[in-house]
Amino acid sequence: MSKVKHLIDPQDISLDEINELIQLGEEISNNPERYNNVCNGKILGTLFYEPSTRTRLSFESAMIRLGGQVIGFSEIGSSSIMKGESIPDTVRTIGSYVDIIAMRHPKEGAPKYASYFSPVPLINAGDGGHQHPTQTLTDLITIHKVKGGFSNLTIGFCGDLKFGRTVHSLIKAMSRYTNISFILISPNELKVPNYIKTEILDKNNLKYIEVEKLEDLIQELDILYMTRVQKERFFNEADYIRLKDSYILDKSKMELAKKDLIVLHPLPRVNEISYEVDKDPRACYFMQVKYGMYARMALISKLLEVM
Amino acid sequence: MLYIDSIRKGIVIDHIKVGCGFKIFKYLKLDKADFTVALIMNAPSKKYGRKDMIKIENTINIDLRMLGFIDPNITVNIIENEKITEKINLSLPTRVENIIKCKNPRCITSSERYIMHRFILIDEEKGIYKCEYCDHIYSWEG
Repeated sequence: MSKVKHLIDPQDISLDEINELIQLGEEISNNPERYNNVCNGKILGTLFYEPSTRTRLSFESAMIRLGGQVIGFSEIGSSSIMKGESIPDTVRTIGSYVDIIAMRHPKEGAPKYASYFSPVPLINAGDGGHQHPTQTLTDLITIHKVKGGFSNLTIGFCGDLKFGRTVHSLIKAMSRYTNISFILISPNELKVPNYIKTEILDKNNLKYIEVEKLEDLIQELDILYMTRVQKERFFNEADYIRLKDSYILDKSKMELAKKDLIVLHPLPRVNEISYEVDKDPRACYFMQVKYGMYARMALISKLLEVM
Repeated sequence: MLYIDSIRKGIVIDHIKVGCGFKIFKYLKLDKADFTVALIMNAPSKKYGRKDMIKIENTINIDLRMLGFIDPNITVNIIENEKITEKINLSLPTRVENIIKCKNPRCITSSERYIMHRFILIDEEKGIYKCEYCDHIYSWEG
């Protein structure tokens, strides 16, 4: 893990490193008090160029639970970015104050660009509709906990697969395990981008199909990954309004699914999962939230080489 | 019949895909040259039927990677004393920098001032590149 300086893309870390992070995350979740001083004296910088509640708070609570401290900004209105400061200058400056950076940016590729200039490890905390590798760690640790492993699974992704960065990252991550097949459920306008198909699915000869109706194939799935149609990714509000309610997972659809299906969602939810589904033992999205914090604790510890 | 004199010392960029000659001419800023240059379009070609061609009566530092990106079938001939002294066959470059721009409006290249546009070859057979930052897929469309 010592070679990994930044985490920008899920494929920046090897399968062994992922296993290490999952094991550490699970170990931290079992004995959190054992880790509450490992980042003593360390500071996390949170550079959030677009609003985020849960990811930012998850990073902050992860660092605080490790005994470290946090500085940063959560909107650019109160930062020098409004004065026209470039990403390289911001990252070089903040990198002089902190030991590790978590960066959220609305533009795709911004954390990668930032990583070229960052003097400290930089974590991509979500870049536009592109990638979200720490959400993927969250998803992986949850899948590992509930399913016991990552092979021989049929995974359905449903909703906005075009701008859904968590979808892109999880497809990239899961494509490395054996006997995985994907069912991609979306309206025609929100299909998975070509680079995911060309570079990941086709290149690795993975089995996948694209369909429009959830109820047609829900019975085939081991994992159902629901996503929100994200208003902030649309240039045209009319398109958002037309597509926002394309999929709603409710009790009747859950009745068609396998008994050991797990339902994941990166949250926040709007109305794509009915509240009645929350009581179903197959609904694992709130479990995901908790594991997200442990996954980030494990990642921060490893990147700072305190573990 | 159109005759263009052979050159004594310089470069001949040959077998350019028809229609791409003018783009290369502009890219190399040959329209501003103070030495002899010739752009020949739609010339007959034994290999391809038709081709474009550029003759440059001077030694200039050509960005060969860029020419390979436009068309790997292009050949570059270095001329000394009216004879070809070197024939360079091009291939698709593994990286392309600051030649084309990423068209994804959500890409960081659309908003950062001094960022270099970079593309990486991901499929040599089909000539497919991806933006290094946002992974958007590109191929040279002429």
